[in-house]
Amino acid sequence: MEEFTPKFTGARVKRREDRRLLTGQGAYVDDHHPPGLLHAAFLRSPYAHARITQLDPSVARTREGLVAVLTGKDLVPLVKPVRAASKMREYKETSFPPLAVDKVRYVGEALAVVIAENRYLAEDALEWIRVEYDPLPTVANAQDAAQPDAPLLHDEAGTNVLLSREFARGDVDAALAGAAVRVRDRFRFRRHATVCMENRGCLADYHAGTGELMLRSATQCPGLLRDALADLLDIPEHCIRVVAADVGGGFGAKSSLYPEEIVLCAVARLLKRPVKWISDRQEDLKTSTQAWDEIVDAELGLQADGTIIGLRADVTTDIGAYSIYPWTATVEPIQTISFLSGPYRMPHYRGRNRGVATCKAPMGPYRGVGRPITTFVLESLMDRAARRLALDPAELRLKNYIRADEFPYKTPSGLVWDQASLTECMQKAREVLDAEATAQWRTQARAAGRWVGVGFATYIELTGVGSAIPVSPGMPIATGTEAAFLRVDPAGTVTATFSVAPQGQGHETALAQVVADALGVSFDSVRVICGDTALAPQGTGTYASRSAVLAGGAAIRAGQALKEKALKIAGHMMESNPVDLDMRDGQVFLRDKPERWLPFREVAKTAYAGLRRLPQDMEPGLEVTRFYDPFFGTASSATHVAVVEVDTETYAVTIKRYIVVEDCGRIINPLIVDGQVRGGVAQGIGAALYEEVVYDDEGQLLTGSLVDYLVPTASELLPIEVHHIETPSPTTLGGFRGMGEGGTIGAPAAIANAVSDALAHLGIEINEIPMTPEKLFRLVRAAQGKP
Amino acid sequence: MSEPNEHSRTRAITLRVNGTECRGQVEPRKLLVDFLREDLGLTGSHVGCEHGICGACTILINGEAARSCLMLAVQANGAELMTVEGLAHQAGEPLALPGKTGPLHPLQAAFWEHHGLQCGFCTPGMLMTAYDLLQTNATPSEKEIRAGLSAVLCRCTGYQGIVEAVQAAAETLRARREGE
Repeated sequence: MEEFTPKFTGARVKRREDRRLLTGQGAYVDDHHPPGLLHAAFLRSPYAHARITQLDPSVARTREGLVAVLTGKDLVPLVKPVRAASKMREYKETSFPPLAVDKVRYVGEALAVVIAENRYLAEDALEWIRVEYDPLPTVANAQDAAQPDAPLLHDEAGTNVLLSREFARGDVDAALAGAAVRVRDRFRFRRHATVCMENRGCLADYHAGTGELMLRSATQCPGLLRDALADLLDIPEHCIRVVAADVGGGFGAKSSLYPEEIVLCAVARLLKRPVKWISDRQEDLKTSTQAWDEIVDAELGLQADGTIIGLRADVTTDIGAYSIYPWTATVEPIQTISFLSGPYRMPHYRGRNRGVATCKAPMGPYRGVGRPITTFVLESLMDRAARRLALDPAELRLKNYIRADEFPYKTPSGLVWDQASLTECMQKAREVLDAEATAQWRTQARAAGRWVGVGFATYIELTGVGSAIPVSPGMPIATGTEAAFLRVDPAGTVTATFSVAPQGQGHETALAQVVADALGVSFDSVRVICGDTALAPQGTGTYASRSAVLAGGAAIRAGQALKEKALKIAGHMMESNPVDLDMRDGQVFLRDKPERWLPFREVAKTAYAGLRRLPQDMEPGLEVTRFYDPFFGTASSATHVAVVEVDTETYAVTIKRYIVVEDCGRIINPLIVDGQVRGGVAQGIGAALYEEVVYDDEGQLLTGSLVDYLVPTASELLPIEVHHIETPSPTTLGGFRGMGEGGTIGAPAAIANAVSDALAHLGIEINEIPMTPEKLFRLVRAAQGKP
Repeated sequence: MSEPNEHSRTRAITLRVNGTECRGQVEPRKLLVDFLREDLGLTGSHVGCEHGICGACTILINGEAARSCLMLAVQANGAELMTVEGLAHQAGEPLALPGKTGPLHPLQAAFWEHHGLQCGFCTPGMLMTAYDLLQTNATPSEKEIRAGLSAVLCRCTGYQGIVEAVQAAAETLRARREGE
């Protein structure tokens, strides 16, 4: 393989996509108004768990402007229910009907859809559907739901525990019995919502003439949706086109298949007219996948010198009412016990998990998946151990990191870390922090009665996962490959089409940088198209920090293949041996005599000029599709540092400094990488301090608006100090590592450790996220022996 | 159903949007943002929450920032509106044709340079809010910028690029004024 020598890769290139987005010329789903467009509104359950005893749309059907009303029963002959399958043992597959048929299982579940000439009329008509419920006992929380006598959500499963799994290495019970120091706690991560600024929405259009069903959706995964919809609707895959043009954020919540997407496709096919549904914010908070709701009982054992000897943990995950397609309900719980051993040498380990169904919106992936909580748990235990051993928390970490000579390192759950810069990130983080000066500041501030603290968190994450490991365990779909389709036209401009589909990550820019380098053309001559299954080669989409690795690798493979052919044609034109030629920035030249050169556009023109102009036996044309599978994937790592102050009056936490030192391998575009890190940290700060999805005991959502679910504004955030250790991955093409999720992984842990440090004089150790002023107030009062 | 059809009654409205006179025939209950997006085809103003929190729909009404999701179209009768589509025009540039992008306002240019956007969904509301802020405070401090922009939620950027962009644009606009 030819070495990858970048020119544009690594440059701070301003984003291509920005001009249209800055001038109001974006193309989000709701911006499309095809002729004859109809609008959908969904009737949603006000009950958490109830049998549907009556559902009569006959009156609603007579309303002005109404085109159709369909119930769950009407849909039964039109679409199959979704069944998220997994080959994992101890996983119980269940059905997720696109519209509820016999009973509802969470507040907000859709029972019927109204189709009208405009959205106002569609929403009006919802009130005219006669519906009656027979309420069933609410399955409110995972721990109660796991009891044998709990009311059942899915009769077909026979239990609410839809999955359980254990990963183990060594003999952890014996190891911990012999540990000099053991630290344990029950950790709680509350339920979170992703809150994309663009609510979910989709537009389905069936063309009776061609038989093509087109779905525009605010999705991260057009390819995945196309394949699933073909099966559920019984339409050939090549007759379905899924398009995700501009998408207003995803963060995992737009990576699953949703009921509304299926319903709209079925309705558009039935009515042979385009139909659009755009969620309002309350619907989005009620029905988009939620995340991270887990309880972890964990215990860490160390030798007297601070060497870790083992970790055991029991995890209970609240997976909500349904197992989502394609990731299944296993996606968060299994990643939790997969990654809990963290960046440390861990000779003995046991992680057990059970995922329990409750009357809440389904759980799905959210930036970090499993790792925000595992980092919180393990890094909190490390700080507890450091306090018990009277060791510096950073030193304790440095002592236990997987060492440079131990890579590739196999974790207790069987994952392989190819390489990571754990020690370098921590050392750099301490240097940036100026650990000594900070310690002095902390001492002085505390002497003045202020509650200030410093917290560290290190993580390692698996990114760019190839075919060796499914993104979610036992999934029948393949997630290990992506492809690039490069087409050079006779004028020498390049169209690069990918099956990945961004929601703000700047693929149009970053992938153009990689293609330009691999092919040897100018950045300006490459146009990137993403998110359209009719144009793209086979693939799934953008999720799991995979696009830079998988699509970037495919871009390199495709670019190099095209370059090879272009050089053969050029050699023929220049009467030179192709091995003596090279191409850079759109110029083909003789390596030894660079003054002899040819513009690439002439090569491109010749490629289409027919056999008479081409080398013997060469097929005309200049286009190629190449796939890339990184097989195991690669590791990214970082150390985060938070410096915080807890207000002694209001108990509000203020972050004074936030530092990230990370290694995401070769950086394609530093502007984009820094933006991803900062945005991820912002979401982690929100998760740590403000955000919580709250359901009451009746399963009613209490955080159904942005007044109740608090995402940080500019006033709550601060400049994030981002530094890089740039070590190209030894295992991926181009040396890229995925990095979109890391910010969110490190932040809750670093902030929790900083708050624990600030309150250490009271004996308080944080074990629950988010750390709202009310919770801190209660902790402090309890620590002071006050009611 | 024989009841009178309460939704067929519409009102005629006339308003100026981005310097151009626009007429519409709207139901009294139609939201201003829906009128802009559906009737005028100005889809740059986005609907993110419909309850006045996220700020993605922020436009200028008679020179002041306002949420177009919290107003009815009929309330804008006779008003002068500016949306993101007219922002560059406001800085003395020609109005871009639909589907075309003309020259940029210094705020837009600064957002581009400082990576002040990722998914772009909040961007129109963020730009209009920043425009309003700089109108009332030409030299805002970082803290004042953060407070001013707290009216608009962004979930992608962590606001850092946005704050830097507004600082840079304030500088550009000040230099431009001093040059005049």
